[in-house]
Amino acid sequence: METELLRLREQVLTARRDRTPLRLRGAGTKDFYGEHPTDTPAGALIDLRTFSGIIDYEPSELVITARCGTPLSQIEAALAGHDQFLGFEPPGFGADPTLGGIVACGLSGPGRMSAGAVRDFVLGTSLLAGDGELLRFGGRVMKNVAGFDVSRLLCGSLGIFGIITQVSIKVLPRPRLEETVRLELAAEAAVQAFNRWGSQPLPISAAAWYDGAAWVRLSGAPPAVRAAHVRIGGERIDPTAAQQWWSSLRHFTHLLFSNDTLWRLSVPQTAAPLELGGEKLIDWGGALRWYAGEQGERDVRQIARRAGGTAMKWRGDAPAGRFHPLVPAVAEIHRRLKRAFDPEGIFNPGRLLADL
Amino acid sequence: MIDLDEPAQSDPAHPPTPQRQESVAAALRAVLPEDCVLWREEERRPYECDGLTAFRQLPMVVTLPHTEEQVRAILSVCHRLEVPVVARGAGTGLSGGAMPHASGVVLSLARLNRILELDPVARQARVQPGVRNLQVSEAAAAHGLYYAPDPSSQIACSIGGNVAENSGGVHCLKYGLTVHNVLRVRGYTIEGELIELGSSAPDGPGLDLLAAVIGSEGLLMVVTEVTLKLIPRPQLAQLVMASFDDVGKAGDAVAAIISAGIIPAGLEMMDRKATRAVEPFVRAGYDLDAEAILLAEADGTPEEVAGQVAEIERVLKAAGATAIAVSRSETERVRFWSGRKNAFPAAGRVSPDYYCMDGTIPRKNVGRMLKAIEQMETQHQLRCMNVFHAGDGNLHPLILFDANVPGEWARADRFGAQILELCVQLGGTITGEHGVGIEKINSMCVQFSPRERAAFFGIKRAFDPVGLLNPGKTIPTLARCAEYGKMHVHAGALPHPDLPRF
Repeated sequence: METELLRLREQVLTARRDRTPLRLRGAGTKDFYGEHPTDTPAGALIDLRTFSGIIDYEPSELVITARCGTPLSQIEAALAGHDQFLGFEPPGFGADPTLGGIVACGLSGPGRMSAGAVRDFVLGTSLLAGDGELLRFGGRVMKNVAGFDVSRLLCGSLGIFGIITQVSIKVLPRPRLEETVRLELAAEAAVQAFNRWGSQPLPISAAAWYDGAAWVRLSGAPPAVRAAHVRIGGERIDPTAAQQWWSSLRHFTHLLFSNDTLWRLSVPQTAAPLELGGEKLIDWGGALRWYAGEQGERDVRQIARRAGGTAMKWRGDAPAGRFHPLVPAVAEIHRRLKRAFDPEGIFNPGRLLADL
Repeated sequence: MIDLDEPAQSDPAHPPTPQRQESVAAALRAVLPEDCVLWREEERRPYECDGLTAFRQLPMVVTLPHTEEQVRAILSVCHRLEVPVVARGAGTGLSGGAMPHASGVVLSLARLNRILELDPVARQARVQPGVRNLQVSEAAAAHGLYYAPDPSSQIACSIGGNVAENSGGVHCLKYGLTVHNVLRVRGYTIEGELIELGSSAPDGPGLDLLAAVIGSEGLLMVVTEVTLKLIPRPQLAQLVMASFDDVGKAGDAVAAIISAGIIPAGLEMMDRKATRAVEPFVRAGYDLDAEAILLAEADGTPEEVAGQVAEIERVLKAAGATAIAVSRSETERVRFWSGRKNAFPAAGRVSPDYYCMDGTIPRKNVGRMLKAIEQMETQHQLRCMNVFHAGDGNLHPLILFDANVPGEWARADRFGAQILELCVQLGGTITGEHGVGIEKINSMCVQFSPRERAAFFGIKRAFDPVGLLNPGKTIPTLARCAEYGKMHVHAGALPHPDLPRF
């Protein structure tokens, strides 16, 4: 093992011996994300930025492998040099998150419905488990069905299984042309239009709505993008403004996200407008709906459930839990999985589920 | 402490006593209609293997439920009586994943074959596991939609089986595998809990258990309902076929296409042994003098396709293609593909037996792998024809042998294991899309450390604490890995020899 990895291993083994929890952290851009039970000790902080660096990147393989502490900016710069990018557009929150944190939190940007989520791109991982052993799952190839798909299971696991030390991730060539059009539409009409367009072979890579206007991003071969613009209509947005708009959704710099109270609802993309008040923003072609301001907690969860989805308290106090509650049978599988990887419960206790 | 215990497994080949068989069959008959329980030997015999006929085992009882409720009832009986359960779809799997357990129950999901809902606006289909893969695209065609994963056995293979194996196809480079196209599953744990994983709403709370279940080869739960993502059918598809006088150059051309920023809808390669085997039967129009041919498909709007075809042609010429043909009609495109899609049956026609490998390697090593396979042909004195999903580095070397010639199967078996070991050495994997099942269980000892395999068993226990779902498959025990190399098995030909396969 490399020196830095040995050092991490020592910390894990010490924590295991002393039964002291560890708080895994990359750049800390998503410290707010996850459950925050007040009755468990936060644990000793492990700063994973020290375990950093791109290990392998071959553009013709469409795969990059890097250590968990590698900053997003470094990965994106390497990819940009070969006209490639991360299709799931991970959020940066105005700072520079690490690859490990991106995978552990599993958050994806505006391209989620067309390109896919983090879990759709992760090909392989190394995990430093609760007994200090380094386990490798998946690999650097696109197709791999040997053993259970632990790498995808780690996406969004919030570090509860161990330290994700290394990740291999699929990358994509940049589209030749990207254009954004803006159409004046009410929210309901916009969602209907997104679904109508979605059932046609159009190169739509993102679709969002805010304040009376729908924004649609077209990405692909120039003739296909131009033909789609003609079909969809709307006003073509200047590339800089378009870039700013999508970046504000991807990186959570849009003004809506600075509200003290914010709900994130994940629903089927065809769901009718939800009966919630306050300022709202729709992303992911209708599947992601943000609502600012106070709402009755039980009402929001119920409204989300009735629409076939779930609700998460993104910002603001969450005394009853931040994430939408799991059904008991599924929660039980979570607990058993946790015991399989981290029986002493040293990694990020309470971060994913309050009692885990 | 990490639980390193392995499941105590009853011998999957040890037959039950007649009393045991009788009592299990009686318990099942008590909760199911008469036609759902098969226990006479002649009724059970057709279920003794899946698409990998080299591995056969007569099951104790076969159950054929009509409804989800009956699936629950079967699992409840098996849980109570501690009977192993092997779920089965259409039986087209190539790794013996559905091979029965001697003292177990085969749970066939073939009768759960209804498309429950097809929503063209949401672009989703909710189907039962016994629905055939192609049936979904046929039902969606009226709306201009289709289901993208297209394993070559798609006219016969079931969606439930696709979920169990995380099936691919020729178009997964651009459109993804089963895991990228399934939104939700519903089904039962062995303890009889009805669970739903994933949802029509993306990125729900908690762990991504859906990702763990897809490709889990029937070891974690029994799926009774699947929600699939449908996508709009492209307006046009066109196929470029290029000849190369050297396999290494063909391999480099694949990398050159990807490096040029092109993701073709399909990118396949065949060596000369493969083209020469298929051409007499299929008349696809392949260049039989070429050492290798590449097939690259462009899809999209007519303008987009024209642009991409021109670009692919340019890259292939620069990479040293000796001849290039572009399909001029849909008929011709299908004809160009037909040779590739019939490579497995063609192998069955030129050789009494063949053994299909499924390793995946980084694309850059394709040339190197082909050279190594050539050397192995000399070493083992067997021929091997090669068809590749070149775009994603997934290899299907077809080792030709005659099971009636003493020693040939043993050589084929060693040949195959050597290819898989090289796949792992070159940074790849022992199986890209066919699954581990029983066939590649020994090669799992090469790819994963004992501690990694213990983690897999930990996942297995989280879903199936009693270890009754498809025991003895996919994850080898320590004892089994210690035995690796001492086994002797017999190969045979595939059933349904006319079925195209990848």
